[in-house]
Amino acid sequence: MHAPDGFLNAGTAVATGAVSLGAVGVALRQTRDVLQDRQIPLAGVAAAFIFAAQMVNFPVAAGTTGHLLGGALAAVLLGPAMGAVVVTVVVVIQALAFADGGLTALGYNILNMAVVTAIGGWAVFVLLRRVMPKTVNGLSLAAGLAAATSVVMSSMAFSIEWLFGATAPVSFAKVFGAMVTVHLLIGIGEGIITALAVRSVLSVRPDLVKGAEGMDLEPAGRKRSLRALTIGGLAVAFVIATVVAQFAVDDPDGLERVATDTGFAESGRDSTLSDTLFSDYATQGLGNEALSLAVAGATGTLITLAVGWGLFAIVRDRRRPARSPV
Amino acid sequence: MSTPVIAVDGLQFSYPDGTKALGGIDLHIHAGERVAVLGPNGAGKTTMALHLNGIHRSGTGSIAVSGLPLDDDTLGEIRRRIGLVFQDPDDQLFMPTVREDVAFGPANLGLRGDELEDRVATALEAVGMSALAGRAPHHLSGGERRRIAIATVLAMEPDLLVLDEPTSNLDPGSRRELIELLGTLDITQLVITHDMHFALEVCTRALVMNGGLVVADGPIQDILGDEALLRTNRLEPPYGYSGSA
Amino acid sequence: MGAGHAHALYVHEHSPVHRLPPHVKIVSAVAFVVAVAVTPREALWAFGIDAIALLTVRGVARIPMRFVLARLAVILPFVAFAFVLPFVGEGEKTDVLGISVSEEGLWAMWNILAKATLGAATSILLAATTEVPRLLKGFERLRVPRLLTAIASFMLRYLEVITGELRRMRVAMAARGYSPRWIWQAKPIATSAGALFIRSYERGERIHAAMLARGFTGVMPDLYADTATRRQWLTATALPLLGATLAILGWVLR
Repeated sequence: MHAPDGFLNAGTAVATGAVSLGAVGVALRQTRDVLQDRQIPLAGVAAAFIFAAQMVNFPVAAGTTGHLLGGALAAVLLGPAMGAVVVTVVVVIQALAFADGGLTALGYNILNMAVVTAIGGWAVFVLLRRVMPKTVNGLSLAAGLAAATSVVMSSMAFSIEWLFGATAPVSFAKVFGAMVTVHLLIGIGEGIITALAVRSVLSVRPDLVKGAEGMDLEPAGRKRSLRALTIGGLAVAFVIATVVAQFAVDDPDGLERVATDTGFAESGRDSTLSDTLFSDYATQGLGNEALSLAVAGATGTLITLAVGWGLFAIVRDRRRPARSPV
Repeated sequence: MSTPVIAVDGLQFSYPDGTKALGGIDLHIHAGERVAVLGPNGAGKTTMALHLNGIHRSGTGSIAVSGLPLDDDTLGEIRRRIGLVFQDPDDQLFMPTVREDVAFGPANLGLRGDELEDRVATALEAVGMSALAGRAPHHLSGGERRRIAIATVLAMEPDLLVLDEPTSNLDPGSRRELIELLGTLDITQLVITHDMHFALEVCTRALVMNGGLVVADGPIQDILGDEALLRTNRLEPPYGYSGSA
Repeated sequence: MGAGHAHALYVHEHSPVHRLPPHVKIVSAVAFVVAVAVTPREALWAFGIDAIALLTVRGVARIPMRFVLARLAVILPFVAFAFVLPFVGEGEKTDVLGISVSEEGLWAMWNILAKATLGAATSILLAATTEVPRLLKGFERLRVPRLLTAIASFMLRYLEVITGELRRMRVAMAARGYSPRWIWQAKPIATSAGALFIRSYERGERIHAAMLARGFTGVMPDLYADTATRRQWLTATALPLLGATLAILGWVLR
């Protein structure tokens, strides 16, 4: 999602720009320290690989195709720091050299497509890695699930940015609902391709997968039918999507009713803070507002936790590579 | 006895998993020589070459270039003296333009401004590629890239040119141009090659490597005339060659 | 989304715009886009003048109009979103051609259309008049960490090499009858992506060895001295100054 100029307001552009600058700055410093003089060629070809991978058409259904975002893939293969740097370079060059994505939109485009996916995705990956079996299949599955989650987180992040900086009269609820349901589906594709790609690298050169560093992987793993996994994933996504869609639908049924009944939704809210901070557009609809803010708050907190944890992992990882370059 | 351009004594190297890649190499090459390094794949030819300029550092034994021993302090100067031309030109033409690629080496040596430009111009002229200075490397033909790769190394004014499979993937015309070019370059050359005709035409001396060791070292006519030696090492003499000069 | 990036936007010409040093153009373009982005949407006239200014730049740079319009297709998904806004937007309704649409929605549609188009057009003109390697040099002049520009430079250098390898893999797969239609048939694509990563990484190591062989010690050497004359700076600030003035006027006269 390479948003163009003017899509979100100036304040949001600046704020997300500052966050992105900070996060990528941390990531850059860490790659420099760990890789030293090897990083330019390695990060360069890795960026070319991600760029190329984003151009790959993979089939989704009945001949329609999808494309990879690649942030989580980059993180699992290269680590969160180098992954974030590499995807940032891709996003920036796409904006500069191909006019894909506005120059003033780089703040949120980098945040959503590089920081949340690579750094946040890494956090999810590490979490899943702990509970998955220590096998090639287990690690690949963790990578795939992290990738799927990263895509959804990316869409959530965009929705939250919309809450603050919307330039169009579409409520946060509607944007959140639409974005997340669509990205749940996209996430499945991303997850499957990421899992399989990671597995193929693990089978040949596990030393090249940062996500497998220090792990003694057993090659075996229970073979699952890919078709079954896909259908299972779709079922889960469908359930989640229905819940999310209910939230977005602007009528008194469903979630809305539950909220009103339990007193969640207050009427006549007039908080100065929310007036100045949030876009009037995004918080439309009195009944919706409190619930919207609650959803935004919850998802925002989760994403911030993931990215924050990932950044912390980056800063903490000051290990030198085992094979020292000349 | 003049100082050899390269003096390798007892070079041994094992991979991290224990396999012995080089079992003890002794090699002395003097100024003006053109030496071919022959041998089957996996013999250790490229591994040895990467030790000459210190890209692999973990071997034991000694290496000296024009009298200067290789160690941590002399690494920079050694890399200037050894001009290593890799097998795949794409691996060494990594800058956006030809000019910048040729300038990369001397710039790392500290050259700037006019001095740098002169060095670049000289190197490009030596390989006949002056007209392509502003072009992007990935738009050039295989033969052109090969020659520019040589220029990137010549620009550092090395003592020894080490070429890894220079004629591979070249069409006959480009191959001929390359052979002529190497003939005009007044510099000691060490050429790793499978191209027996090329070796015979360009080189005066040949080494045969196998299993990480130098198994033969002598005038090229003798080496290529010894069919038994060649066959043991999975090599063949050039077609129609009968052992005479 | 990530597709269609095969060809960068450079158009080879010898215009004054092409001749401007890249760092000057970058500052000019970014400043102009920022000015456009903060211009209030009600100031239609301001956007009109902005557009004329860009058209002038296009004319001076001799970039074909057809080219710019074709490249503007990159914002089509967002244009589509913008067109939907008057119909799904909330708020007060008004009548347009007998259809009841959201007034705020109309304004929002205009806002996005104007800014996205002008912003993309500026990017297109910048890229059309500046080869990417020179753009990167421009960024170095503007104090962007050389590490980042070096990584970007290598990415661009090896992009065609890697996409070429990918294409050959796909051809080999197709030659063996592979034509997938469903996601669970996508395994060979993912596997080839994995193989491509390994090949790319190994190439990266070889490139590193080649860099070391030519004396690289970790910092890219300085190969250029690209200065801009005062006159060039003055010419380049014309565009963003105009944009900024219009933005300010737009707010003042609101």
